[in-house]
Amino acid sequence: MTDYKYKTDLPVLLPAAKRLARKDERDAIWGFGLMRPSGRQLSVFAIFLILITGVAEARSPDNQQGIISILIEWTPFLFEGFLFNILISAMAMLLGTVLGGILGLMQISLIPSIKHSSWFVTQFFRNSPWLCLLFFTMYMLPFEFDLGFVVIPFPDWLKAVLGLSLPIMANMSEIVRGAIQSIPFGQWEAAESLAFTRRQQLWQIILPQCVKRMLAPWMNWYAILTMATVLASIVGVNEVMTRVSEVLASTGGRVDLLAPLYFYIMTWFFLYTYPIARLTMRAERKFNVNT
Amino acid sequence: MEAFFQSFYQLYEKTGINLTILYDAYDRGRFVEGIETSIWLSLSCLFFSLIIGLVGAWLQGSNHTITKRFMQAYIQVFRNTPPLVQMYFFFFGVGVLLPMGESEYGIPEPMFSAFTWAVISLSFFAGAFNIEIFRSGIESVPKSTIEAAESLGYTRTKAYLYIVLPLAFRVCLPSLTNNMVNLVKTTTLAYAIAVPELLYVSNQIWSDSSNVPEMMTVLLLTYFVLVGILVWFMNRWERKLKLPGYGV
Repeated sequence: MTDYKYKTDLPVLLPAAKRLARKDERDAIWGFGLMRPSGRQLSVFAIFLILITGVAEARSPDNQQGIISILIEWTPFLFEGFLFNILISAMAMLLGTVLGGILGLMQISLIPSIKHSSWFVTQFFRNSPWLCLLFFTMYMLPFEFDLGFVVIPFPDWLKAVLGLSLPIMANMSEIVRGAIQSIPFGQWEAAESLAFTRRQQLWQIILPQCVKRMLAPWMNWYAILTMATVLASIVGVNEVMTRVSEVLASTGGRVDLLAPLYFYIMTWFFLYTYPIARLTMRAERKFNVNT
Repeated sequence: MEAFFQSFYQLYEKTGINLTILYDAYDRGRFVEGIETSIWLSLSCLFFSLIIGLVGAWLQGSNHTITKRFMQAYIQVFRNTPPLVQMYFFFFGVGVLLPMGESEYGIPEPMFSAFTWAVISLSFFAGAFNIEIFRSGIESVPKSTIEAAESLGYTRTKAYLYIVLPLAFRVCLPSLTNNMVNLVKTTTLAYAIAVPELLYVSNQIWSDSSNVPEMMTVLLLTYFVLVGILVWFMNRWERKLKLPGYGV
C-alpha cells in the first residue's frame, strides 16, 4: 500500500527502503506520523506539564487537597465507571448489529410490504436524536417483566443498552443495504445463471463480498456509540459521568476541579477511540471503498 | 381555533390520550418556545460550524507545519471525545473560570448563558467534522482542472474561487447534509445544561402532566419532521446545483 514510495533496484538501499515502508505502515495505524515529537520538544512538553502541575498544586490553599492528587485518588473509582461504559457500548453494538443486519436484509426483500416497512423503521430511528431514544426506552419500558411464574428484572443499564442499540440498528441496516447494492448486478445474474437459489446467492455470493465493505463504517459507528454511552448518565445509569458528579460532590463542589476532571475523562475517551479511528481509516484505505 | 383545541380535551376525556400541548395554553406556549429554541440553536450551530469548517479547511491547506498540526490536533480531539463531555467541559469547566458579568439589575450572572455555551461547544464539535468534509471536497478536484484553469490565465486565487470551490462544494454537499442532520440531533444534548430546548420542555411537560407516552410520541415525530425538512431542503439544493456529467 505504501511501499511503492520506496521502490528501488539498488541493493544497497533495500534495507533502508524496507525500514521506511515499515515505519509508514506503523504511522498509518497509530497516527504517530502526525505528531512525532523530537527529544527537545518532548522535554519542553514535560517541563511544561510539571510546571502546570506544580502551579495547580501550589495554587490550592494549604487546607485543601491538590487537584492532581484528587485525580489520582479517584482514578480507580472513575475507571470502574469507564469500564462499564465500554461494556454498555459492546453490548449495544452486538445487539444493534444483529438487529440491523436483519433489518438491512429486510430492506432488500422482494416483498414490497416488508421492504417498505423496514425502510420506514430504518429512517425513523436514523433520524431520531439518540437522547430521545434513550428517554424513550427509559420511560416506556417496565422495570421488570412479570411472566406470571417468574419475574425478570429489567435494570436501567439494560434499558440504556437497548436505547443505544436502536440508532445503531438503523445505521447498520443502511450500511448492509448500501453494501449489498454496491455489489455489481452482474454478480447476482452470474449466480443465478449457475442455478443458485436466491438464498444461496445472498449467503454464498453477495454477503461474503459485502463484509469487507461494511467493516470500516461498522468500526466508525462503534466509535460513535462509545462516545454516546455517556448519555446514559443523563438518565441515571451509574457510569463514568455519573461518577464524575459523585466525585465533585464528595470533594465539596470545588470549581477549580471541574475543568481538569472533565478534561481527564475526555483524555480517556480519546485514548480509547483514537486508535479505533486510525484503524478505521486504515481499513478504508485497504479495501479502497468510499463510505 | 379554541374549539379545535378544546376538542382535544374531549379526546382526553373519552380515550385518555392526554395531549396537554394542544388544549392547555400554558403547555402549548412552553412547547412552541421549546421548538423555537431548538430551531434557533440548530441554525446558530449550523452557521458557526460552517464558518469553522471553511476557515479550518483553509488553515489546513497552509504551508506552515505548526498550523497544520494544530488543526489536526483540534479535529482529532473533538472527533474522538464525547460531545456531552465537551459540553460539560465548556459549560462547567471553562464557564466558572471566566469573570462574572452583571445583569441589568446589577445582579452578578455568568458571562455566557447556557444557550451560548451550547452553541459554542456544538459548533466546535460539528466544525471539526466540517473541516474534514471541506478538505476532502477540495482534494477531490482533479489537478488537471486547476492546470486547465491556469492555462486559461486564471490566477491562483481566482482559480480557487471560481473553479475549485464551486466544484468542491458540490462534491461535499451529501456529507455536509449528513453532518447537519447529525448536528440537529445533537442539539438535544443541550438538555444536560438546562437549555430550554425541545427535549427539555417535553420533559417538563411530561413530568407535570404525567403523559409520558403521548409526549414521547410527539417529541420523536417533531424531530422526525424537523430533520425531514432539513434533508428535503438540502436534497433540493443538491439537485439544483447538479452539473451534468460531474460527480455521481
